[in-house]
Amino acid sequence: MVLDSPVLEVRNLWASVGDAPILKGVNFRVMPGEVHAIMGPNGSGKSTLANVLAGHPLYQVTEGEVLFRGEDLLSMAPEDRARRGFFLSFQHPIEIAGVRLDQFMRASYNAVQKSRGQEELDALKFDRLVKSKSKLVELDPTLIRRSVNEGFSGGEKKRTEILQMSILEPTLAILDETDSGLDVDALRVVAEGINQLRTTDNAVVVITHYQRILEYIVPDVVNILSNGRFVKSGRRELAFEIEARGYDWLQETEDRVGVGP
Amino acid sequence: MQQQTAYETPYLEAFDAFQGGHASGDPAFIQAHRREAIERFGAQGFPTARRGNEAWKYTDVGPLARIPFQLPDPSRGALVKQGQLKTASFGSGEWPKLVFVDGTYSEELSNLPRSRNGVTICNLAEAMTRRPEVVEQHLGRLASQEENGFTALNAAFVHDGAFVHVSKDYAAEHPVLIINLSSGKHPDSVSHPRALIVAEEGAGATVVEMHASLKGSRYFTNAVTEVVVTPGATVRHYRVQRQSPHAYHIATIKAEVGRDATFDSAAVDMGASLARNNLGVTMAGEEGHAALNGLYLVGDAQHVDNEVVIDHAAPNTSSRELYKGILDGKSRSVFHGSIIVRKDAQKVNASQADKNLLLSEQAEADTKPAFWIYADDVKCGHGAANGQLDENALFYLQARGIDRASARTMLVRAFAREIVQLIDLAPLRDYVDRQVIKVIPQLQSGAA
Repeated sequence: MVLDSPVLEVRNLWASVGDAPILKGVNFRVMPGEVHAIMGPNGSGKSTLANVLAGHPLYQVTEGEVLFRGEDLLSMAPEDRARRGFFLSFQHPIEIAGVRLDQFMRASYNAVQKSRGQEELDALKFDRLVKSKSKLVELDPTLIRRSVNEGFSGGEKKRTEILQMSILEPTLAILDETDSGLDVDALRVVAEGINQLRTTDNAVVVITHYQRILEYIVPDVVNILSNGRFVKSGRRELAFEIEARGYDWLQETEDRVGVGP
Repeated sequence: MQQQTAYETPYLEAFDAFQGGHASGDPAFIQAHRREAIERFGAQGFPTARRGNEAWKYTDVGPLARIPFQLPDPSRGALVKQGQLKTASFGSGEWPKLVFVDGTYSEELSNLPRSRNGVTICNLAEAMTRRPEVVEQHLGRLASQEENGFTALNAAFVHDGAFVHVSKDYAAEHPVLIINLSSGKHPDSVSHPRALIVAEEGAGATVVEMHASLKGSRYFTNAVTEVVVTPGATVRHYRVQRQSPHAYHIATIKAEVGRDATFDSAAVDMGASLARNNLGVTMAGEEGHAALNGLYLVGDAQHVDNEVVIDHAAPNTSSRELYKGILDGKSRSVFHGSIIVRKDAQKVNASQADKNLLLSEQAEADTKPAFWIYADDVKCGHGAANGQLDENALFYLQARGIDRASARTMLVRAFAREIVQLIDLAPLRDYVDRQVIKVIPQLQSGAA
């Protein structure tokens, strides 16, 4: 039997914005087919972790290493990460006036396809693909003719992110607070959409403040991020415990020198 | 009045040969008009003064004036083939097309459908004898010789040009294309493109004025366009400037908008080392409306200056101006927008905005609005904004697999789109959009 190799391996990852260190030695490993949850209080570094992995230029990695499917992720440009199957669903998807969503999505899809030597689609064929995928997240089909996220509701933005995920079929999807700003119905739709995209080969990392979304997307591993590092790891039950007790009790176990609440 | 300097001498010397040469058959009123104009040019000269010269404060025409540009030698007529027009052409083959190569009318390249009732489209030199009453009434009326040295110089050499006349209550069936092409075969040559567009009462016309070059050579284009929009008429005037990166481009566009008339204008500047556009619109009759839109894309050391003056001479008139600029390299833009509201012009509604996207640290955009309001019941608004590309937007696109250069092009194109979409002529809209996509990467490398 051949052992699976990890989709993502993060080793002692340190990252800063300017002179301020935010991630202080993060370690974890995601195997194919797994769902990981990363929970943590506000300011713990959750979004920083997501953005560092995606390659946002605002953050500097000062130490550590990240292997994505065995390759050095941190040395890749953001677009190369995406082309190799890395996907970040943004916490605050940006509005881009004047760029039509369908045209942007097709440019994205074709860039990824081209890098893999696979078929690029013309507007007509791509439209068909989008239509079939839109149903998954119950997205209003007229939205795709509008500018990217412009004037979209919070729920529409998140559905659009998951639509893109479904089109790009990433090996690893990081969902950064995809649940924030969603009502229960929207959350259920989005979560079901994500579940349908799961296979034994890909993996999902759900970053969230609340365990609510984890009722729909059941995690294999729950990690608690606090003050830039993982302070506790557990199974699904850990999320319930956080729900019941909050985050404060965890912080007592760590070194709090020079750290805000 | 300025002293004549040696800068003007080559033009003064060329005049007699021109007036007595192939333009000698023009009607007497034209000959007199030209003679008056050359004298005025001699007296006025180029507006090169750097002191007390408010209208040309940000644009130094000294480098242009110092080069002794010559009229192209007509015996060395440039051979331009129909196929070479493609780069400057778009739309349907049915559309009437007036083509000028290095300032000279080209009958072979032009396409004039059999004349129809109510619409006259021809070379201005022909109109001087065919429709003398229209030419005499309007030529030089809006773009006066007295305006500045450039309009005087153009008038002194007026002969070939575009003439579009639409009679009362007629509408031109197709858009009219005016293509001014520089062949690059006459180094350091000058041309004086001229256009006279007259829409009589209730008439309608769409005119596209194109300035383009076949080679990246140095030349001087000194264009003058007059647009008469009489009561109830509608004229759409679109101008695309894609001159060579070494060209000097000076253009004066004057329009008069009558009662219940509409003037819709869009100007796209992408070329020339120095481009200066003087757009002047007079709102002469009640309920007239003007929309003036502009887009400029410059890189390297290009300089583009848009001077836009709207004179609300009549009450209940409205105007809306939106100019957008994209600047890279060490380029510089000037937007100098003046809105005048005359004493009795109550209930005027005028808005003006200039927005610039700066793609490099060295690029500079200057916006200089000026309001001269003498009426008390008016609504005037002004806005200006300079910004850079949004790094978060770039990252978002990259995070979805789009490389940085393509992401940049997408965002710049999106910025331009607001103006492109205001062009009410689909083939031109697509053409401009394509040119925008083409020129953006060139701006970055400084090759534009």
